[in-house]
Amino acid sequence: MGKYLVNLKINNIPVSVEEGTTILDAAKNLNFKIPTLCYHSDLSIAGNCRVCVVEVKGQRVLSAACATPVSEGMDVFTNSEKVRASRKNVVELLLSEHNADCTKCYKNGNCELQEMTSEYSVGNHIYLDLVKDKDKILDISSPSIVKDDSKCIRCQRCVRTCEELQAVSALAVVNKGDHQKISTFLNKPMHEVVCTNCGQCVNRCPTGALVEKNYIDEVWNAIYDPDKFVVVQTAPAVRAALGEGLGVELGQRVTGKMVAALKKLGFNKVLDTDFTADLTIMEEGTELLTRLKKALVDKESVALPMFTSCSPGWIKFVEHIFPEYLANLSTCKSPQQMFGALAKTYYADKINIKPEKMVSVSVMPCTAKKYECDRPEMRSSGYKDVDYVITTRELARMIKQAGIEFNKLESERYDSILGESTGAAVIFGATGGVMEAALRTAYEIVTGREVPFTNLDIKPVRGMEGIKEAAIKIKDTVPAWSFLEGVELKIAIASGLANAKKLVEAIRDGKATYHFVEIMACPGGCIGGGGQPIPTSAEIRKKRIEAIYEEDTNMTLRKSHDNPEVQEVYKEFLGSPLGHKSHDLLHTHYKPRKRY
Amino acid sequence: MENNILKKVDLIFDNTCDPLVVVDKVLAKSPDDVILDIIDSGLKGRGGAGFPTGLKWKFTRNEDGDTKYVICNADEGEPGTFKDREILDKVPEKIFSGMAIAGYAIGAKEGYIYLRGEYNFLLPMLNKKLEDFNRKIKAKNLDFIISIKSGSGAYICGEESALFESMEGKRGEPRNKPPYPTVSGYNSKPTSINNVETLVYALMICKLGPDKFKELGTKDSRGSKVFSVSGDTPNPGIYELELGMPLKEFVSEFGDGDTKAVQVGGASGHCVPRKHFNDTIIGFEGIPTGGSMMVFNSSRSMYNVLHDYLEFFTEESCGQCSPCRIGCQQLLKGIEAIKKGEKSPIYIEELKRLAATMKIASKCGLGQSVCNPFTSIVDNFREEIIY
Amino acid sequence: MTKIKHLIQNFSLQKFKKGGQKMSNVENLVKELVKIHGKNRNSLMPVLQGVVKEEKYLSEDAMMAIAKELDLSTADVYGTASFYTFLDTVPRGKNIIRVCKTITCHMKGKDELIKALEDALKIKVGETTHDKQFTLLTANCLGWCHKGPVMLINDEIYPETSPQAALEIIEKYQTSTKK
Repeated sequence: MGKYLVNLKINNIPVSVEEGTTILDAAKNLNFKIPTLCYHSDLSIAGNCRVCVVEVKGQRVLSAACATPVSEGMDVFTNSEKVRASRKNVVELLLSEHNADCTKCYKNGNCELQEMTSEYSVGNHIYLDLVKDKDKILDISSPSIVKDDSKCIRCQRCVRTCEELQAVSALAVVNKGDHQKISTFLNKPMHEVVCTNCGQCVNRCPTGALVEKNYIDEVWNAIYDPDKFVVVQTAPAVRAALGEGLGVELGQRVTGKMVAALKKLGFNKVLDTDFTADLTIMEEGTELLTRLKKALVDKESVALPMFTSCSPGWIKFVEHIFPEYLANLSTCKSPQQMFGALAKTYYADKINIKPEKMVSVSVMPCTAKKYECDRPEMRSSGYKDVDYVITTRELARMIKQAGIEFNKLESERYDSILGESTGAAVIFGATGGVMEAALRTAYEIVTGREVPFTNLDIKPVRGMEGIKEAAIKIKDTVPAWSFLEGVELKIAIASGLANAKKLVEAIRDGKATYHFVEIMACPGGCIGGGGQPIPTSAEIRKKRIEAIYEEDTNMTLRKSHDNPEVQEVYKEFLGSPLGHKSHDLLHTHYKPRKRY
Repeated sequence: MENNILKKVDLIFDNTCDPLVVVDKVLAKSPDDVILDIIDSGLKGRGGAGFPTGLKWKFTRNEDGDTKYVICNADEGEPGTFKDREILDKVPEKIFSGMAIAGYAIGAKEGYIYLRGEYNFLLPMLNKKLEDFNRKIKAKNLDFIISIKSGSGAYICGEESALFESMEGKRGEPRNKPPYPTVSGYNSKPTSINNVETLVYALMICKLGPDKFKELGTKDSRGSKVFSVSGDTPNPGIYELELGMPLKEFVSEFGDGDTKAVQVGGASGHCVPRKHFNDTIIGFEGIPTGGSMMVFNSSRSMYNVLHDYLEFFTEESCGQCSPCRIGCQQLLKGIEAIKKGEKSPIYIEELKRLAATMKIASKCGLGQSVCNPFTSIVDNFREEIIY
Repeated sequence: MTKIKHLIQNFSLQKFKKGGQKMSNVENLVKELVKIHGKNRNSLMPVLQGVVKEEKYLSEDAMMAIAKELDLSTADVYGTASFYTFLDTVPRGKNIIRVCKTITCHMKGKDELIKALEDALKIKVGETTHDKQFTLLTANCLGWCHKGPVMLINDEIYPETSPQAALEIIEKYQTSTKK
């Protein structure tokens, strides 16, 4: 259905746009930038910060450009005297309730309010300071997210994120009038509520009110400690985004530069989470086939569909919201935690370092990983398997702190062992990636042939849609898996917890049946993780995804089971997938938590 | 209370007619003709905003869709206004009938009364009468049923879109407009939302014909209006008066001989000082009002009056939009700081500029109207505010 | 101050939990209300109002039960409740007194009325008597500007209340609730 074109004028320039377009977007077409704060392209329209007000001829009051659709003959002024005066006053007002100690703020230099201040309100603060209990309202209870109400400007982006993208609603607007604020159920500390630590709110907070809890100093201290041996692992999605914070063009992979930088920072060994991503495929793929066998051959009752378990935000979501589906989660730990467990056992032994001297650091696109590494389930090496998790953003900051000119670095390679990986591992960073990697391996185990897709690219599971489904017919199996002959393997993929919720509800209500379901807590998968560079948008996430698949395409090894180091670790240490050692080190179970 | 009702006009509280007879009369006409009568009468909303009622009905009727709603806004919360309570108490059937007529005109099958929580004591009586009324309407084969939803103490829910949010079980935060309620109101369906008093006038117009109504008032302000009179007056209470009256006449009727100012339209309205009594008309051509008339004599400190209003708005702002949430606090704390000498008197100019911004940049009528009392009080009683 | 509030809340919760009986009462009440008003978001207000009518405030357990029944997050329920002045989320006494503080009641002596109530009940505005019989609060315009000062006790309205009259009214509630 074609849409009507609407003719209007913006700053006296005629423009025609589709019916339903907002003034904000129409102005963008003409390259007039209207400032915004509460607006975010991923979220519904709030229209509450009033920074984007514009003058529409004939209207008594100004209109919020983000919330007002164009209409025929409209005469809009984005920069009139009234508009500028109002905008300046609104920015001043926001500053008056904002703890504007910018030099002390973690977001100094990456704050939308600060940026706006430099445009609209230089120096003189007109109004009275309204910030209540400065420094006394910091919530540091969560291992992932720090909430500082004194910096909050009530744009409600976090609330909308938590509700619309994640279906968690751990954050809500509470009270009204001068007492209105963003808070939790009965103002409880963040670690006591249903927060999944996904950090999507952090990605969208325009100020320093919601930031990741940073472990930069802890990591520096470990590096400086001569008695410690510090190993670092880097997640697949980090390499696709780290550059953004360091002056590299969006969408450029920086794998080699990142490794070089980590070595310069002083880490003793620079290793790759991709290695354990490959290992995860071996374990999880085998687990899936085992579950199918139990169901189809042994006629045992077994939880299907099997859900992936790589995303710690998703894990906590299941614990809170769908505890009845805990058995459906793959028992595999996430690649980060598999890595941690191996680092302080197999690896420590191999390189002859005492595990108690080893500090295991991971660089993740994720804030929930900070929580994950603190879990009691994650100490199977006898130590804390992963000691510190830093996000992509924290790594960028450390690189800046060290005065490393990132752009000028020569690429370097990961250390061996635990540094080798395949294309199947790197695509873990994008939604659908785990599924694709698993299929590449499982299909080959079952049929002895490669997956029937050109270049191994399983296109149906790729793309940015929140929920994807596909089916693969299994034909000509090898004898050991003959029970799968003719079976149509049904799979689904969801990213963003709101989509995950929809998908699980469809399964629960019998509206959909699958064998295997991949779920990532964050929109677009890990490349859109809560620890990735700010800002985020669909466009940015798309570029990162492209970078991820490009890396896959360029790898010589594309299938997890081809990873020679993975083959080696089984031969030398683990035995076989789902074997006894794997069970002890690489698998775990989770417990229900209260939703209400 | 009877003795307080000065019956200059007697339409609203006139109890001599059976409202259901009027409903019968309306049902004999086409919905379009009913709407034409209301448009012809020139009736404008009596809640304060003054939107032409007939047009509101017409717009709602013209929307596609089977589900439409009639909502009676009984969330009267404007300081100085108490006339809707009196109407609800005295002539509830007339309100119900007005709603049924609106329902017939726009094609709605459901009507709701959003009653402010402060008036919960009326609930048992209203529910009883409503049960009776719904039965009678059903007997007339009109597919229309009314129920009551209660508020819980939030002034802002009188704002129509905030009221819908509240009815939908959410925080009473006003929505972005457009879309307007006639297109997307309660449950995102076309909704005609009218004030209590407006619905009764609609009924009376249907009874008497638009011409009778037009005989009252002026060209720009047709008909009469129920006024809530309070403050320094020997005769506080509720009065139905013709619109378009000069304020001077009102003061000579209701003042105590020492009236220094009248706040017209409640806390969100305008403060008129003595020197402007002569040239102020109460009506849409002058100062419009939802009916609140607060009279102040010379013993009153206008600083206290303004302070009281600002405190009210600071607490009752929904808090979502920055000009209103922060602006109210700044105005309140600002006049306090000037009074205490912490800010110089010229800071009042800054606050006036702020109020002007709130008037044009706030999301809804609450934030937009704070400027009215602020500027009119500060401009007319500057000395009282700054010294 | 907030700390104290928190303590009070925890204290009362513990009491509730010890009882066990009481807790399931709240859950039953919520279930009952949801049955009457329907299992959807639009019912949230009447359900919240129904609980407050019975319990005088929304306890943690009550809000959790409501969230569960209506499939909402607890933060969402709390966020909605806390928007409305009459939906208290801190414990309140059996009788809630709300004195109108808006301008005309102010002009007609609400300060004296509040003072009399504070003295008689030995509490300040915002507090609850030791025996949990009364909570004293102020309210914005109650809609009786021609008959100030006015106070609301639960749903009952008392216009033109002199300090002396207020004491007699309080007395009435004291005796009637003690029975």
